[in-house]
Amino acid sequence: MTHHTYPQWSTESAHAILEPLKSTPGPVLVALQALQKEYGYVDPEAVAIVAQVFNVSRADVHGVLTFYHDLRTTPAPAKIIKICVAEACQSVGSRNLVAGMQKALGVNIDESHADVEIQSAYCFGNCALGPAAMVDGTLIGRATVEKLMP
Amino acid sequence: MITIFIPNDSAAVSIGANEVTSLVVTEASKRGIEIEIIRNGTRGALWLETLVEVQTPEGRIAYGPVFAEDVASLFESDFLHGGSHRLALGKTDEIPWLKNQDRVTYARVGIIDPLSLSDYEKHGGLSGLKNALGKTGAEIIQEVTESGLRGRGGAGFPAGIKWRTVLQTQAVQKYICCNADEGDSGTFADRILMEADPFTLIEGMVIAGVAVGATQGFIYLRSEYPSAINQMNRAIEIARANGILGTSILGTSHSFDLEVREGAGSYVCGEETAMLESIEGKRGVIRSKPPLPAIEGLFGKPTVINNVLTLASIPAILHHGAAAYAARGVGRSLGTQIFQLAGNIKRGGIVELAFGVTLDLLINEYGAGTLSGRPIRAVQIGGPLGAYFDSKKFSTSMDYESLVQAGGMLGHGGIVLFDESVNLASQAKFAMEFCAIESCGKCTPCRVGSTRGAETIEKIISGVDVPANTRLLLDLCDVMTDGSLCAMGGLTPLPVKSALTNFPEDFQGKA
Repeated sequence: MTHHTYPQWSTESAHAILEPLKSTPGPVLVALQALQKEYGYVDPEAVAIVAQVFNVSRADVHGVLTFYHDLRTTPAPAKIIKICVAEACQSVGSRNLVAGMQKALGVNIDESHADVEIQSAYCFGNCALGPAAMVDGTLIGRATVEKLMP
Repeated sequence: MITIFIPNDSAAVSIGANEVTSLVVTEASKRGIEIEIIRNGTRGALWLETLVEVQTPEGRIAYGPVFAEDVASLFESDFLHGGSHRLALGKTDEIPWLKNQDRVTYARVGIIDPLSLSDYEKHGGLSGLKNALGKTGAEIIQEVTESGLRGRGGAGFPAGIKWRTVLQTQAVQKYICCNADEGDSGTFADRILMEADPFTLIEGMVIAGVAVGATQGFIYLRSEYPSAINQMNRAIEIARANGILGTSILGTSHSFDLEVREGAGSYVCGEETAMLESIEGKRGVIRSKPPLPAIEGLFGKPTVINNVLTLASIPAILHHGAAAYAARGVGRSLGTQIFQLAGNIKRGGIVELAFGVTLDLLINEYGAGTLSGRPIRAVQIGGPLGAYFDSKKFSTSMDYESLVQAGGMLGHGGIVLFDESVNLASQAKFAMEFCAIESCGKCTPCRVGSTRGAETIEKIISGVDVPANTRLLLDLCDVMTDGSLCAMGGLTPLPVKSALTNFPEDFQGKA
């Protein structure tokens, strides 16, 4: 599977992403999502910029940035493996899958790493073919350690 | 030219539908056979995915579940002309699992090419909207009210009454918000509909807009569903280019436009007021009610908020009439419910049937028991905030009222099976932990109670003063139920207490 590479964060390019969103109603979350899509994360420097561009307080931006599980403030790792740990996937062994992946990769779930991260997820809507996982955006059903290993 | 249908539904793709598709292309060209492949949505029988269908003069013939290694042998068996094969299922429409369902909202799902507007119209699409455009807003709402349609997101509030409130509230701007933040584990009916028949949702939202006088709609769609987001965006563009959205809907003076807003991984944003906050770009903290969103909703304006399945049922109701819809179901649960069979189940997927079927029919007849083959020990109905039932409750009628009477709730219609390896104290603890992770933080019983609840259940599991901690847990559950503004804190006690009541043997501490 190919690794996604992101461009380097810069305030100039960030402005270019934010400007077109000025006419969007309720733009802050959309803006942060757009930045994360571009750079793989939201650089802490973006807080002041987003606040200034959309004329809201930095506290408001910080609040949104820290509320949502999807948004991250550290650079994205080369690979992200999300494993569904909600009930339907639990019933077909997602707890064992998490344990197996932690062992195979030598990292704990929901820890930050530069190369590969295992993240817990709550439902991909693939509940009849669990355990479900998502590797760099690709959904995998009936997931096993073998299927998920790089 | 032979037409082959291979689903591009995310669930099918997750177990190899794309690999099957490219192998079919390769094999066909190797043999010099001209084929056309249509990537339809799933029929809903996810246990048969990848379900490959071939168009023959007699109708569509199905093969499944097809994996990459089966493709060459399918060609050798001349499956392109309905040849016999170990995976042959006969005519798709005659497969009992599908044939015995009552597909109303899901009438086109898996049958049509999802983004073909002509296919959509050929199968009844736009008839509901055309009927609606000949009526006044009040008349449309009367039809919806008489159909008995209730909110399919979980709360079960009558859709017509909600719409009437928005119609009667004067404002320069009104909104239609579709809640597509299908976060409940065990549910996937919104996702499948949006991937397989996106125009139905668009049509339902346009009708809602015409009915209440709203000109802008939003679909709040969770980020965990990238394919559904992509599909809805493409469908919206096509609808816009064909006058179904825009300033002159099907040539009339009505205008309505639509935008997808992507969620950001927050479960509580499936609560309607938290969703509004999130669409407004804020933290997903719930609002107190009143004011009702129907009066002061998105950006403070009157707003219809309905689930995907509620809105997607509207075109059929306006097409075939309220009476046809209301003829189905029982008591105050009218029409059909799209049940989702999930978890440790042999035959999982979508079963649309009129309300009033038994749980047993769904999990044993349709579901065929557990995937592991071991006995079913527990069934959770209605997502993470739904109750755990034991086998004594399998005769329960699946409708809003009977489920409440049995100590549960329908929720979004997801049914998750567990075999005998499940421990219900662990599941109860997970319910509290999930609430702790996902609580928006506004109400103390939810924000703090969930963490204390998980700790207390851990003590019970470890055998620390079990009777006292059980009493404490029940007391805490009451505080959360009574002291939380929304269903997150208010209903987390449901899985916890039902686990405790129906499976007391799992709460005895260390054996």
